[in-house]
Amino acid sequence: MDQETQTEAVRTAVEAIADRLADEKDHLTDLDSAIGDADHGANMDRGFRTALERVEETDGDPADLVKAAGVALVSEVGGASGPLYGGSLMKASQELEDGITADTTVAFAERYLETVEERGKASVGDKTMVDALTPAVHTYRKSIEVDDREPIDALGKAVDAARRGVEFTTPIRAKKGRASYLGWRSVGHQDPGATSTLYLLEELLDVATEYVDGEVAIDAAADVEPDELPDAEDAPADGGE
Amino acid sequence: MVGIVVVSHSERAAAGIREIAREVGGDARIEAVGGTGDGRIGTTPGPIREAIEAVADDGVVVLVDLGSAVMNAELAIEEAAADAVVADAPVLEGALNAAVAATAPSATVESVLEAAEDARDVSKV
Repeated sequence: MDQETQTEAVRTAVEAIADRLADEKDHLTDLDSAIGDADHGANMDRGFRTALERVEETDGDPADLVKAAGVALVSEVGGASGPLYGGSLMKASQELEDGITADTTVAFAERYLETVEERGKASVGDKTMVDALTPAVHTYRKSIEVDDREPIDALGKAVDAARRGVEFTTPIRAKKGRASYLGWRSVGHQDPGATSTLYLLEELLDVATEYVDGEVAIDAAADVEPDELPDAEDAPADGGE
Repeated sequence: MVGIVVVSHSERAAAGIREIAREVGGDARIEAVGGTGDGRIGTTPGPIREAIEAVADDGVVVLVDLGSAVMNAELAIEEAAADAVVADAPVLEGALNAAVAATAPSATVESVLEAAEDARDVSKV
């Protein structure tokens, strides 16, 4: 892909994510009203609408566009999702300065995860976006670097890993964020941040598939080992309140 | 003078905490930042950065209320042209201690931070 096509792909991806979040706004807010402050859907919708405006008016390479989207999210989302989504896009965008390739997208994904973990001080099992993001990023890297898969195929597997990660957030107890104040009452509710992370990845996969013209068959459900996830039934074994 | 920035999810809470802190540390330079700027409960880094830069002469100690205030304050500090730190302290008690400490002639960012963080151990009953 030449740079012009890559830039167009980034705009298309931000548009697809903005559309998806507009569709899922009420669902995300419902999830957040169970264990948070009921604003995740509205915040993400507003943030990505602004991000879309910014990337449409930004000229430059893919890294510039991703950074512009990050800046928009930081200023518009509010709450913890602003710095987590936006700040991480801003940092990780540096990894795309040489364009979008298998190597740069692996570096991008790892930098994004690293920034989320540092900023949010969360790890797998805390019932946060990290529960979706970590298995997705590790699966993406392993699929490319160890299993030698095409990036689009690797992304398909990453999305599947993220989906399992989202499911994993339901039975566990929140240890970070507003949901942690609920203690055991957070058990049984799916984490909204992990869910919106999955939506982002699903839309990225859709757009990426569109841009490789469906050349690579994607079977996202096939042979994924979610080796990054602890067993859900073991997770709340740290004593009660 | 070391500056103090109070960050709360609520504009009125931030302003109220500053009001109380000024009772005990009248001369301290305290900025209050609260809400998202468009009337919602929350925090965003832009206004925090502006507040830090407004009182940044000799460094700044930032007091925060809940989770996302910490993240947005950290992001603001990374982007601000200032020597600023987030205190690991309860926002009201920390702001009072910091305000008193900041008015000492020998005050430094370290001494004000330490005073703010001393508030972690204060028992109420």
